[in-house]
Formats: sequence, structure tokens, C-alpha cells
Amino acid sequence: MMDQWVYSTTGLHEKDFEAGQVLVETWKGKAEYAWDTGIAIGRFLEELRRGRLVGRRCHSCRRILFPPRMFCELCFRPTAEWVTLAQTGTVNTYSLVHVRWDMVRLEQPQVPAVIAMDGASQGMGILHLLGEVAPEKVKMGMRVQAVWKPAEDREGSITDIRYFKPIG
Amino acid sequence: MTMRRVAVVGAGMTKFVRRAQETGRELAWEATSKALESCEMSIDQIEAVVMGTGPDAFDGVHMKSEWLADGAGAWGKPYMRGYVGGGTGVFSAAQGWYHVASGLFDTCLVVCEEKMSPAQPHPQGAFLTIFDNFIERPLGPNLLWIFALEMNAYMQRYGLRKEDIAQVAVKNKRNAADHPASLLGDRNITLKDILDSEVLAWPVQRLDVSPVTDGAVAVVLAADNVARRVTPQPVWIEGVGWNLDSAYWTNRDLSYPTYVEEAARMAYRMAGITEPRQQIHIAEPYDPFDYKELHHLEGLMLFPKGKAPEATALGITQRNGDLPVCPSGGLLGVGNPIAAAGLMKVAELFWQLRGEAGARQVPGNPRRGVAQAWGDLMQVGTVVVMGK
Amino acid sequence: MNRTVEIVGVGWSGFRSVTPDQSYKELIFEAALRAYADAGIDPRRDVQGFVTAAEDYHEGTSIYDEYTPDQLGAAQRPMHTIGGDGLHALAAAYMQIASGLMDVVVVEAHSKASNIVSLPHIVAFAEDPTFERPLALHPVALAGLEMQELISLGRITEEQCAGVVVKNKRNALRNPSAAHGTVVGPEEVLSSPPLASPLTSLMAAPHADGALVFVLADTERARTLKGEPVRVRGVGWATDTPALDSRDWTGARYARKAAQMAYRIAGVQTPGQEIDFAEVDDSFAHKELLHLEALGLVPSGRAGEWTLEGQTASSGPIPVNVSGGALGEGSLLDATGLSRALEVVLQLRGQAGARQLPGVTTGLAFAWRGLPTAVGVAAVLSA
Repeated sequence: MMDQWVYSTTGLHEKDFEAGQVLVETWKGKAEYAWDTGIAIGRFLEELRRGRLVGRRCHSCRRILFPPRMFCELCFRPTAEWVTLAQTGTVNTYSLVHVRWDMVRLEQPQVPAVIAMDGASQGMGILHLLGEVAPEKVKMGMRVQAVWKPAEDREGSITDIRYFKPIG
Repeated sequence: MTMRRVAVVGAGMTKFVRRAQETGRELAWEATSKALESCEMSIDQIEAVVMGTGPDAFDGVHMKSEWLADGAGAWGKPYMRGYVGGGTGVFSAAQGWYHVASGLFDTCLVVCEEKMSPAQPHPQGAFLTIFDNFIERPLGPNLLWIFALEMNAYMQRYGLRKEDIAQVAVKNKRNAADHPASLLGDRNITLKDILDSEVLAWPVQRLDVSPVTDGAVAVVLAADNVARRVTPQPVWIEGVGWNLDSAYWTNRDLSYPTYVEEAARMAYRMAGITEPRQQIHIAEPYDPFDYKELHHLEGLMLFPKGKAPEATALGITQRNGDLPVCPSGGLLGVGNPIAAAGLMKVAELFWQLRGEAGARQVPGNPRRGVAQAWGDLMQVGTVVVMGK
Repeated sequence: MNRTVEIVGVGWSGFRSVTPDQSYKELIFEAALRAYADAGIDPRRDVQGFVTAAEDYHEGTSIYDEYTPDQLGAAQRPMHTIGGDGLHALAAAYMQIASGLMDVVVVEAHSKASNIVSLPHIVAFAEDPTFERPLALHPVALAGLEMQELISLGRITEEQCAGVVVKNKRNALRNPSAAHGTVVGPEEVLSSPPLASPLTSLMAAPHADGALVFVLADTERARTLKGEPVRVRGVGWATDTPALDSRDWTGARYARKAAQMAYRIAGVQTPGQEIDFAEVDDSFAHKELLHLEALGLVPSGRAGEWTLEGQTASSGPIPVNVSGGALGEGSLLDATGLSRALEVVLQLRGQAGARQLPGVTTGLAFAWRGLPTAVGVAAVLSA
């Protein structure tokens, strides 16, 4: 039987560390990057600073792609033009998140969602957060609109949109 | 052209533990030495080595595969690391397959190692940087978000309740009670336990998830003529397939893993499988979260879209059911050292098809199984069909 | 028997010190368009597999594999990442075709070294956390140690290393893609600021940004395609040990074994005679000398002399790094090996312009994975 081919690995427990039984080496690395945004994302971020959302159109398949990219990944051709999108969209999926990445509990749940933007082709969603909505009221297919930071606070970042809130 | 036949001739693994004392190198060595022992081969008989391992950020070593090389028996040998995120475990077997099938090597060792525990304060931190550096990271997303978003999309599309999904966690954790390497096996776990567990990111609850784990698995591959000399019961790799979808995951229909279907089609075509539900006797789909087993069973075309929960409720996927799924106990039961978990499924099929699975043995002399893994941004499907 | 494999298309973008106008995706898209035009293929229709070589910490992204397919035309296709050099990815593509699983496979690698602000820290992050990192040495110290050892054994001299730098940077002046071509004299090389003596700063290849895409196909399929095929006669790769204490410091065992495998598959018995020219890793000047000997292209202990005598110049009997090598083009991180292979392909096709070597039919490309590894990949290519 396969049992004999399982090595008896040594599992440690919290108390081993608390009792100082385990020698630990620590290291804090320095990983810093400054990424070139290039044409598509560069323009996308610029437009965010101006309070606008832009996509790119592929003349071959006619899709309006969002987030924008300089190539259509299905046709493998350069995309052809910038298209300004609407400020509204539809919630394709969402979650109510009660923990941080390190599993510390949040006081108020965050509500991330994939939002398909009006003016782009169907299903062209982006990741963002929902706000000004009680968690239990969030629904699939909910119609939402972008809530922006004031112009002087925008930096050319996806967070220039504070969140999306329900329309009406 | 006829492709060279390649078989799995040996397999070994470590216990899957929460936090191992052993270094990543030592874990690789433990699994490798057991795999070699299992088929009475020496490292000198291994002509090439393939390493599968997840993000370097876990171990805290850049170009991690080089650092692991000595533990994986790769000294002086042709050694290569394939990397497709969570799909790596099953993909590494496909990569080993193409090493031998190419004719360049008669034997190949495949090792998957994962030591997640070094990443402090929590290994989930390694996943903070999987998101798009320009337009997603500034929102502060964490790993649970994407699973929860996908799980919700799947549930809403087919009108599923938590109960329909949580039954998978119950099945797998109970199955794992019979796995000697398991971390999370629990013969007595109930649906209520899963449903009562803490809500992390609705609809994901704590017991829907397999936690951070350390472990390693290794398998030995050999070409036809060599395989038959090494063991009277080689298990053949009959089909391999893999498929990577676009990085633009927010443009994707998250309720169905098309890329798993594409990978399965590629593997089934090679294996000559035309009716998967009839021709496959055991399935080991990737189950880091309970809903993923269902999602993947549908992507593997073993059940129609939206129908895997029903099949599970009917008991079809129990070990003594018509199509046993995750008889090993899966990631939910054995544990989830990312890359090693996928290769654990390949090893499970190897043992099952040879009748060596002990208390987990699927009855009825199963002859063919499929192992599948998944990863990246809900993006890659990797599939291996094995048979005797 | 086994199939034979050709390189049927090459495309590249760069190489430049900085590429601020393009994101990594746009850089790769440009290289891919060129490669596919060269081969005369549509990646959505004609390609069965794609392989890239990349490392998370070079990108600043965990599971960088996620971001690889779109700009190559690989979305919803069989694609995977190799954590290795571009020549490892080429070897992987070779195996996928040789097995019969696929007929056409695309290989990609790139560098955006200019975007890595803390690059030396990243390189140090590859060192062993217990035995090496705590010494807090700049990783270039390892190159200095190796060079010092070779000098003390009488295998090389500093002047010979300077000769490599002079040759390669001057060669790069005739390479429109090279980022660091220049005229420099041996005294300047020797007196440039020391990094880890005896290694001086001009002896270390500076970095560059760029992207390379190769299209490989089996010989039958290659006949139906537009690009001029170059045969991959043999590939070999090998890992020595990551441990600094037990590795072969002066024999480049990784190079010797990688070459042995490649020569065996290629049917090359006397490399010194059968290989017409070579592109071998010169991330540090002494590496070119060390590698030439380990690869069997030059008799042991003679690489330095031959360099100063001009035997490895473009006009010599065994031209080495006519492209400029990494010293002249720039080191392209994981893409460096492919830039070595690119030159071999262009030379064999007669497309090397002002750098064209007359009458060459067989070349060797050799990559070293860089500090702190002892890992190499070799490819024997023939017209």
C-alpha cells in the first residue's frame, strides 16, 4: 500500500515557536518597481484623472475592450480607436468581505464587485468596490454609477473612482 | 505520428502539514527519495528533472527552483521549472511527459514542492501581488475576493444554495480521513460544521477553503520499454492538456471554466476519450474551495453545466459511487501546498489504478482516471488522463 | 524516428536602456507581430503552443504567468511559463514539437530591467537565506570571487578580460539593436571603478529592455511557412548546485554538461572545428573566457590568449559575440539567452547586415542564468 511512500514530515505547532524550540531566520526583502504604463494604461490613467473612463475598439471583431489595450487578444490585431465609456454599469458578481488579507476581521464589510461598464462590449467588466449600499441590498445585475474623488484629489489612478453606488 | 508512450512508475510524498520544520529543499528531498524508493530506482537513473512550485514569495527566495535543485535530485542534470500558478501540480506531470515523449530522455523525475509557511505575517500576503499592478492593486484586493466573486457567479447562475456546495467539503474531508498524509481529514465532519463556520467573504466560509499547507510530492516517469522493466504495473499517461485564458479575468464569464474544458478536450483527444462520463472511472479535479470541485467537474465535461451539485447530492461522486471524485480527499481534506497538491492527485490516480490506495481504494478495478488543476487569475486548466 | 525542429520566425523589440513609451505588454506585442510576419503565420490559427521564460521577481508580480498570453495571441491556448532563461523555453518548445504533440510553438522572453528599482536586492534575494544572504554582500561579489579564482590559477588575466569588453562593445556598434555599443580601450576597462575586484564596472554587462519572440516548427510544417528555417540540431541544459561551497567555481560544469548534451543530440564531435561561430554568455567579461573553454570551443587555458590575438574577433577563425554580447547589447535578464540565439539565427540566414560573417553554417548559442546560479543552456543551430 502507498502508506510506506509517505515521508513522516515534521509538522510544527504554535507552541513550538512560543516555547522557543524552533530556530527561525527572518529576512525582509526590498522589491521595488517603477512600471512603464505604456500607451493603453497611460491614457487610461490620464483619463481617470479627468473623470473619464476609456476603452479601445477593435475594428476586426468590433468589440469595445475595457480595460483598454493596444491589441485585441482574440483577433491579434492592433486596436484602432479610443472610445469614451459611460459612468454607469452593471454588477456581474460581488462579494461581502469580512477579513483582511492577513485574516484580521474588518469592522465593516468591503464589497468588491466586477462591474460591466456601459459603452463597452458585453461583459467588459473591471474590478472595483461598491459603496453607499447596505451589504444585504447588493444584488446581481444591480445598476451602479461611479462616484469620483473631487478633481483636485485625483492622481491618475483607479482609486480616483472612490466606489460605485446604486443608481436611483 | 505515433507518440512515445510514457508511464508513471513510482510516486512518493511528504505528509502535508501546516508548518513544516523541514526547509523547502528538505521537503523536496523527502518526496523524491520516497518516489525513487517506491520503484527501486536510484537518482543516477534519472535523466532529467522537472520542478513545479508556486510563487517565490512563499519561500522568500527569488528564482526559487534553482535553490531547490539539490533537494530535487537535479545536481548536474537537465532541470527545468514550469509555472502556471495553481495549475502547476498537474501541469508538471504533462511537462515531464513531454520531456520523455520528445525522445530526449527515457526517464524523468517530476517534483512539486510548496512551503508556504515562511511568508509572514500570513502566506496570503504572497497573493497580494497577483492582481494587475496598474489598475487592480491600488484597490487593495486579496485572494479571497476572486474566489468569492467566482463562487457567487457560479451560485447565482444556477440558483445554488450553500448546502449544495458544502457537501463537497464534507465528502472530501471524510475521504481524507483515510489518507496517511492528510492534514484536514475528519471522519465525523458534517454539513452543519461547514455551514456554521465563519463567513470570510460571502459566499465563502472558513470550511469552504483549504488552508495554507507545506508539502511535496514526486513521481517518476519512464518511457515504454524502461517502464516495463521498472514495474509490472506502469500507469500510462494517456492524455495531456493545458489551456491559459486571457489575463483580463474581469471580462470573463466566471460561472464556467472554459479553459478547463479546452484543456480537457486536448487531453481527451490525445487519450481517445469520446465519452468522458463513461470512459473515466475516477476524477481528481482541483478543489481548493468546495465550489471549485463542482465548477471543474462541469469544465471536465463529466457533468452538464450546473448539474454537478445534483450528482454530488445523489452520491454519484462518493468513493463507492458511479464516478468517484477526489477519493484522495482532495485539497480540502489532504491539504493545499499549492503545486504539490496538484501532483498529489496524479499520485492518487497512480495508486488507485494499481490497487494500492488502501482504505481509500475505489472498488471495481478502475482503469482510467483524470487529474486536473487550475490557477492563475481563474485562468488556467491543466489536465492529465492516466490509464492502465 | 524523432522529428526535427526549425526556427521559422524571429521578431524582437529593442534593445534600449529604457523603454518608457511602452508597457511590457506593448513591447512584447511588437516583437510578436514581427515574428509572426517573419514566419508568415496567424497565431490564432497556426500555433498549437506558447512558452515564455520569466520570473515573478523580475516583473514585480506573483504568478506572472497570468499576464503572459494576450500580447502573444495565446489567450485560450496551451501556454505556460518556464522559470528559467529564454533558451530553457526554447528547449521546452523543442520537446513539445519533437514529441509530436504540437507542430508550431512560439517562444517569448523579455526584459524590463529599467523598471526594477531595487534590482541588486532582487538578485540578492536569490541567494540562500541562511548561508549567504546574511553576509549582505552585493551579489556581484560572487562574480568577483570567480574571476579572482581564475586569475590566481593562471587561467585568465585582467588584460584578457578587458580584451573581451573592448571586442564586444565595438562589435555592438554594428548592431542597430544593441544598447551599449561603444569604443573603449583596454586601459579604460581596467581603470573603470572596481565593483568587486578584480572585476571593474566596465567588465559587467549593463542592462537593457527588450522583447524577443521566436516561432518554432517541425521540419515538415516549416516547409509550408514563409520564414527561412534554421535547424535546431541540438539543445542541452544543466544545473550545477546552488550551493556556493560545493559548486565547480572554475570549470563551469553547468556549461560543460549543457554543451555535451547539445553536441550529442546535434552529432557534433569536435566543436572546436564544427562550430563556425558562437554567441556565449558574457554577463561578466571573464564569463566569456570561462564559457568558451567549458563549451569546448577553445582549448583549456587558451581563451584569454586567443581573445587578445584576435581569434574570436569577427575576422578571426571563431568569431564570438559578433552581436556585441550582453556587454554590447545589454543584459536582458531572462531574455539574454534568446538574444544570443537571435544573432545565431540572423547570421545563419545571412540577415546580419554589417555584422554578417561569410559562409557560416553552424553556430552555438549559450546562456547562463546569471547570478547567483550555476545553470546553463546550449543550442546548436545550423543553416
